[in-house]
Amino acid sequence: MAMLDVSDLHVAFPRGKSEVEALRGVNLTLEKGERLGVVGESGAGKSMLAFAILNLIAEPGRVSQGRIEFHGENLLDLSERDIRGIRGNRISMIFQDPMVTLNPVLTIGTQMVETLKAHRRITDAQAHRLCVEKLKQVAIPSAESRLDAYPHELSGGLRQRVVIAIALLTDPEVIIADEPTTALDVTIQAEIMALILKLCRDNDVALILITHDLGVVAEVTERIMIMYAGLCVETGSTRGIIRAPRHPYTAGLLKALPQFAGRGARLYQIPGSMPPITALPTGCAYHPRCDRATAECRSRIPPLEHGHACFHPLDQTEAAS
Amino acid sequence: MTDPIVETRGLEMRFPLPTHFLSREKPVLHALNTVDVAIQPGESFCVVGESGCGKTTLGRAIMGLLDPSAGEIHFNGQRIDTMDDAARKPVRRDMQMVFQNPYASLNPRRNVFETLAEPIRHLMPEKSAADVRAQVEAVLDATGCDQSWQRKLPHEFSGGQRQRIAIARALVTNPAFIVADEPISALDVSIQAQILNLMTDLQADRGLTYLFITHDLSVVEHFGTRVAVMYLGRIMELATAEEIFAAPRHPYTQLLLDAIPKLEGGSFDNPREPGELPDPVNMPPGCPFAPRCHMAQSRCRSERPELRELPGGTRAACHFAE
Amino acid sequence: MISFSAFVKRFLSDPVAIGAGLVLLVLLLMAVLAPLLAPQNPYDLMQLSIMDSEMPPSWKPGGDDRFPLGTDAQGRGVLSTIMYGTGISLLIGLGAVVVQGVLGITLGLVAGYKGGWIDSFLMRLADIQLSLSTLMMAIIALALFQAAFDANVYADYAIIMLILVIGIAEWPKFARTVRSSVLGEKKKEYVDAARVIGLPARKIMWGHILPNTLTPVLVISTIQVAEAIMIEASLSFLGLGMPVDRPSLGSLIRSGFEFIFSGSWWITLYPAIVLVVLILALNLMGDWLRDVLNPKLRRGED
Repeated sequence: MAMLDVSDLHVAFPRGKSEVEALRGVNLTLEKGERLGVVGESGAGKSMLAFAILNLIAEPGRVSQGRIEFHGENLLDLSERDIRGIRGNRISMIFQDPMVTLNPVLTIGTQMVETLKAHRRITDAQAHRLCVEKLKQVAIPSAESRLDAYPHELSGGLRQRVVIAIALLTDPEVIIADEPTTALDVTIQAEIMALILKLCRDNDVALILITHDLGVVAEVTERIMIMYAGLCVETGSTRGIIRAPRHPYTAGLLKALPQFAGRGARLYQIPGSMPPITALPTGCAYHPRCDRATAECRSRIPPLEHGHACFHPLDQTEAAS
Repeated sequence: MTDPIVETRGLEMRFPLPTHFLSREKPVLHALNTVDVAIQPGESFCVVGESGCGKTTLGRAIMGLLDPSAGEIHFNGQRIDTMDDAARKPVRRDMQMVFQNPYASLNPRRNVFETLAEPIRHLMPEKSAADVRAQVEAVLDATGCDQSWQRKLPHEFSGGQRQRIAIARALVTNPAFIVADEPISALDVSIQAQILNLMTDLQADRGLTYLFITHDLSVVEHFGTRVAVMYLGRIMELATAEEIFAAPRHPYTQLLLDAIPKLEGGSFDNPREPGELPDPVNMPPGCPFAPRCHMAQSRCRSERPELRELPGGTRAACHFAE
Repeated sequence: MISFSAFVKRFLSDPVAIGAGLVLLVLLLMAVLAPLLAPQNPYDLMQLSIMDSEMPPSWKPGGDDRFPLGTDAQGRGVLSTIMYGTGISLLIGLGAVVVQGVLGITLGLVAGYKGGWIDSFLMRLADIQLSLSTLMMAIIALALFQAAFDANVYADYAIIMLILVIGIAEWPKFARTVRSSVLGEKKKEYVDAARVIGLPARKIMWGHILPNTLTPVLVISTIQVAEAIMIEASLSFLGLGMPVDRPSLGSLIRSGFEFIFSGSWWITLYPAIVLVVLILALNLMGDWLRDVLNPKLRRGED
């Protein structure tokens, strides 16, 4: 049995008298120490998935259906008190903006010790030692003195390192990272992602990396889930999907990357844009943009089978080209 | 070589930092330091670098949104940074700008027609109402916008559609030169290709010259003709796009190239040392990149390397580049 | 941003908004149509008779059907004076807000857009003005004015003076609101786009930035009308506002105040009720507008 097993997850938001679904039945499994990339454009529901797993969906949204099992226990049945024993403890989160996690008026040290004491019975001296150790693990120079620093005294890259150190404090089994490097420069992104990769490997921590960047996913993860309009449209090993995508959307995303076109040549472009969840077409949500769409695609939602949710997937030879 | 369409000579930009009014120190941020670029007609001249390197400041100075502290800016042979508003008006027709954030670059209270008509009305007052309408319709067609968009407000459009409208606004006076400041970085992956293709097509149709500001080297590789790599207000390397990717001469360029996440054969397996920009207000003597550079020697920390021409035409500001 | 139809929909789905809106409409109609609706014209001395003074409301013993809410010490029907007085109060309130708005928006726009010493100067001026209470400044100005001119001249120009005094004293509220939204707006790229084509500052300020700062202006305008009416009422109550022969709600309350202990409570009570209802309706309306128009308070939409 998988460590984390999300099945048929639906998240709904009220709109007028009815509801719209931001997630329309998503399945996800995560083994111990596995690194999973969740890829999608803005509005695809990838952040919603992370928030749902941590039971952090903001009112008036709600999980309307599905199960989220962590070591066989359904997180949706737990009380707020019990979920706090898991969130930030056994499942940690890294957000896009470090300032969401860090309190600007408290020193780094205070915040780290507080986090530890919320989940562990530990003396101040032990906590202090552990904090320095974690800051060293994330390669923060002169870790000892940084404990007295306020978040604004650190650069963006260092701040995100501190957030990672905080996420690691409680030795979690899963880290969910939601676009952890989008706000950072490319060179800092490379440092931070390399660091996350190393830490996950060294400590056997599972990772759910949410991003829009296929390159980052290819560098860091072992398995991918491609999301489109609240559904997973393709999933499988990162290598396999990047070499031979089966779903036309995945194939289009990859072909649209500038590194695939020759210099000065036209890029492949997917026409149109992703529909908002309030105005989904019938059938496959991707069919209006898809050049392989048939009548069947317009009437029925393709089920996720053999790793892709498409009636007319690219065959292996087509995909590999 | 033909005459450059845009040229900067010794361009400097200093911003005084806010201080207490009694304090004696007057700290100054050097956003641009003796920047010389010459952009040839028809080029896609790219400026890359990390945030704070001065690439946006350079674009804004050329557009006249910022007044340079020193140096000259020339457009088609005329010096434009010292022109007054009246003299500059005909020049403005020929240079336009596309901004990064399509959600902020369109006035939310103006419909598309008003947004597109304003530059014509202001810069070409001789045009009749019918001419204005015809020109707006033509530019909407050219940028792949639907004519029915004219009466709609920006909030009715997606990010990609808005960026098309912003490009249409930049093109409506038929300029020769466009500064594009990170025009695709706020857009979704599947939309980025649409906008890049549109810009490529427009360049082919109209013979546009672009100054393309970006942090993303993979876009430069696809799109750029020449590239200036900037770091802390200085140009570190200036070369053709082929050269930059085939044989980067400056260690900073190499660092940027290594940082691109790759689909195959990635390098994120190797942990990297944390690199931070030095304080841009109190710059150390010597090479600004020295604190992050793996090749740095004592000479780099005391003596600042000048941008110099290397065999092959590439220019780099490094003591050890060859 | 909210579309007009969505705005109407929100209005119709909120009972508080409908209630406040209806009350305001009724009071406004009553004031505007007072010459047609009112039983008497309280300004026409020929219609007044000292014999009618201090009559109780009509349902009380000694009441008269001509005066449903009784009469005051000069024999004017309280209902009629309230209808006319509401009009004067509203006129002063709206007039003062127009003056505040014109001054405040212009200065706020210039301060926010130009920045630098102009901004510092205008904002310090606003700070100084806000640290002196409006009422105090109005009292000084009006007392001087009353002393300088004789009563007839004062009576003729009282409305204009009140509008000017309240308007000038309260401009900083508009100026600050506008300035802070201008500071937010001028960083946006659409302003840069307008500067790229060389649009003069005047056109950018009024044509591009101002329309995007009007939402908070609309909200505070409503609240400021209530505020101005309150200030006018206070001044009138102190004898510095509208003269007794052209009473506003405030001067009506004052004129009846001396008679409360002689049992003629109706002269004060009814205008006071109308004043309270008017202010309450305006404030509720302002709060509702802020909730609807301020996107920061709105969640889960657009």
